[in-house]
Amino acid sequence: MLVMRGIVKQFPGVRALDGVDLDVQAGEVHCLLGQNGAGKSTLIKVLAGAHRPDEGTIELNGAHVSPASPVDAIRLGIATIYQELDLVEGLSVAENIFLGHEHARLGFTNRAAGNRAAHEVLARLGHPEIRPATEVGRLSPAAKQVVSMARALSHDARLIVMDEPSAALAHDEVANLFRIIRELTAQGVAVVYISHRLEEIREIGDRVTVLKDGRTVAVGLPARDTPTNKIVSLMTGRNVEYVFPPRAARPPGEEVLRVEDLTSPGAFAGVSFTVRAGEIVGLAGLVGSGRSEILEAVYGARDAAGHVVLGGEPLHPGGPLQAVRRGDLLGALRRGGVVRSVRRGMGLAPEERKAQALLLDQSVTANITLGNLPEFARLGWLDRGREKAEARRLVEALDIRPRDPERPVKTLSGGNQQKAVLARWLLGGRRLLLLDEPTRGVDVGARAELYAVIRGLADQGIGVLLVSSEVPEVLGLADRVLVLREGSVIHEGDAQDLDEHRVLDMIMDGRAA
Amino acid sequence: MTDTGNTSAVVAGPGALRRFGDMRHLGLLVALALLVLVGLVTRPDNFATASNLVSILSLAATIGVITVGATFVIIGGGIDLSVGAIMALASVWATTVATQEFGPFVMAVCAILVGTGAGLVNGLLIAYGRLVPFIATLAMLVAARGLAQRMSDRKTQLIQTGNSAIVELSTTRVLGIPLLVYIFALVVVLGWVLLNRTTFGRRTYAVGGNPEAARLAGIDVRRHTMLLYALSGLCCGIAAILIMARTTTGSSTHGDLYELDAIAAVIIGGTLLTGGRGTIIGSILGLLIFTLITNLFILNGLNTSDQLIAKGLIIVVAVLLQRRNLKERAP
Repeated sequence: MLVMRGIVKQFPGVRALDGVDLDVQAGEVHCLLGQNGAGKSTLIKVLAGAHRPDEGTIELNGAHVSPASPVDAIRLGIATIYQELDLVEGLSVAENIFLGHEHARLGFTNRAAGNRAAHEVLARLGHPEIRPATEVGRLSPAAKQVVSMARALSHDARLIVMDEPSAALAHDEVANLFRIIRELTAQGVAVVYISHRLEEIREIGDRVTVLKDGRTVAVGLPARDTPTNKIVSLMTGRNVEYVFPPRAARPPGEEVLRVEDLTSPGAFAGVSFTVRAGEIVGLAGLVGSGRSEILEAVYGARDAAGHVVLGGEPLHPGGPLQAVRRGDLLGALRRGGVVRSVRRGMGLAPEERKAQALLLDQSVTANITLGNLPEFARLGWLDRGREKAEARRLVEALDIRPRDPERPVKTLSGGNQQKAVLARWLLGGRRLLLLDEPTRGVDVGARAELYAVIRGLADQGIGVLLVSSEVPEVLGLADRVLVLREGSVIHEGDAQDLDEHRVLDMIMDGRAA
Repeated sequence: MTDTGNTSAVVAGPGALRRFGDMRHLGLLVALALLVLVGLVTRPDNFATASNLVSILSLAATIGVITVGATFVIIGGGIDLSVGAIMALASVWATTVATQEFGPFVMAVCAILVGTGAGLVNGLLIAYGRLVPFIATLAMLVAARGLAQRMSDRKTQLIQTGNSAIVELSTTRVLGIPLLVYIFALVVVLGWVLLNRTTFGRRTYAVGGNPEAARLAGIDVRRHTMLLYALSGLCCGIAAILIMARTTTGSSTHGDLYELDAIAAVIIGGTLLTGGRGTIIGSILGLLIFTLITNLFILNGLNTSDQLIAKGLIIVVAVLLQRRNLKERAP
């Protein structure tokens, strides 16, 4: 039904797709596997019409097609359900399903006809209980997923692409998702299914295509019978050479962070670990394993039960209200959350650099000093000379290019922006740095520099807690590794005792080694 | 010593240009110059007189002080619709018989405290009560005016002769310019310093430009938001003193629609309504353009309705020009 041959997609600095083949038959569930950065997202964006391939051909039911836009792709019968559902929360279920192709005459919508048609589609999906007039914002994540699928069906899609549809779902909801997928395939619809969870792929998938470094390394493997071993070895052994700095020779210092029994319902439970001065501790796990949420909770940006102790001093999680509930009235008056964490010597380089860390319009200097303004001020009056001198020193120390601290930070490359975020936390005597995907969107050359900077920080006696979805990065950079799966720590050990293969096995198959 | 290379325009073009204020101010200055030219041509005998210039500045002073506060709020990502009403309430409270007994100094302090207090209520509702700024300050607009009407019984309250020190702010002149214009200038200078030279100003840009990044950098975003509205209220209190001086009264009808003029001046001045970007100087230039238009229409005996139409057009044109400007500078 769908045949893609030799698809190439080039972005500035990277060849995201370097000759990908994909072959999907009507009525099958075709799984797409590959590590982060292997090219899965780019491939489905090509299919959805969001990217145009530089080379290669796409054939749909024997005819050459080249979807030029998402609207085009939908017209061809290709619907994509993204990880973050793209529903309009304020509109009703029916309005969402038929968004863009409403039941209308002369611009007046026919609500009754829309609701009837929506009900039909929902019933076909086995969910007649979702009422078409309900506002989507009130639905559960699982129900939203159903609405997304109903939207795909309302376009008479013959090929539905699902990008990690189970990441946001609870266990029984996944079973229901699978039931819907089976019904769709029974009607001849083809499904391209992306997931990192091998057990799901074994249960729902028919055939598997594996991507690595933008190339197809295996086409049409039987989903049920191919040994895990084989699949994982196809995905690993990446060609990209990572250059990691040598680990510290001396043993780590005293304990900087102690986390005990940290629990946030729905995200993670019973997480305990420590970070010592000069040590890099890595958290490995999939999206949805709770890795970023644990960082947020340690930082005080997310409410969680349990204990976070920084340098021997407890940072009580939760805001003033929780403190009052505990009967700790003095605690309620103290600044809680992030403000307190920062004052006590923590720093966070968040996952979404642009959305969560940077003031894009402002200069590199202003971005660097943002976390430590009081240090550059007397009675609120900024000492701009000292601020600039300090920023210049850091720009040179971290080799942020171009070496102009007055440049707006948005004109810098991803790697240099990330260095600016790290530079922010080099000021003011930090004791613990939390790094969430520090090399996302950073090209290969700049990565090695960032690794060296991060190791250099640890060598200065700072404790580092690192989250990365790239297993080789965690193994190469960290001293100690915690492997997370569905909100729990399933393995803890020395990074040197682990290899990529074993870690992938653990996070995908759930077997603690 | 660190800056010498950048400030010399010959050596480093881009640095000097940035320093000059993003070129945007240049556009505003040109617009202002054009309006002055129109004034000189159409009214050669009346426009460039000392008395006309003084009346323009006196007119601009009251809204000008409010505009400084509004600039902070809008750069901080908010909006304050209640400025005119808060000023009216402050003027009424300061001119009640009970307050006037304590003399002019207490009256002035009273106006400032009432303004700051009302701003603080706005700030608490928005920062800690999680109300949308538009709604919280709309409620304050209605309620403050109502309270002002109640206190004054809808009557205009005259400043008693014993308290004429307040009125003297507008009648006493230094170098031919009334004192209240100096107060306006002082507020502008202080506002500029606060925005450009202090941690408070830096945080204002951060909170408005990317609240999430500000929060994760350890800035207490809520407390800062609250302080921004308190600051706006403080400016309304000062504006109340100026309007009492100019009109010799306190009244619940003072400052009607001032919020629109203040917001318009800020927007024309190049501050983004989405926050994170803007300047005090731009706002003041925007305000002077607005005031100058009013003055030109009056001098030429033109219809006030046409004047409103012209102002509406200017807002649209200014924003369209700035958008083009933004696009050009985007990477």
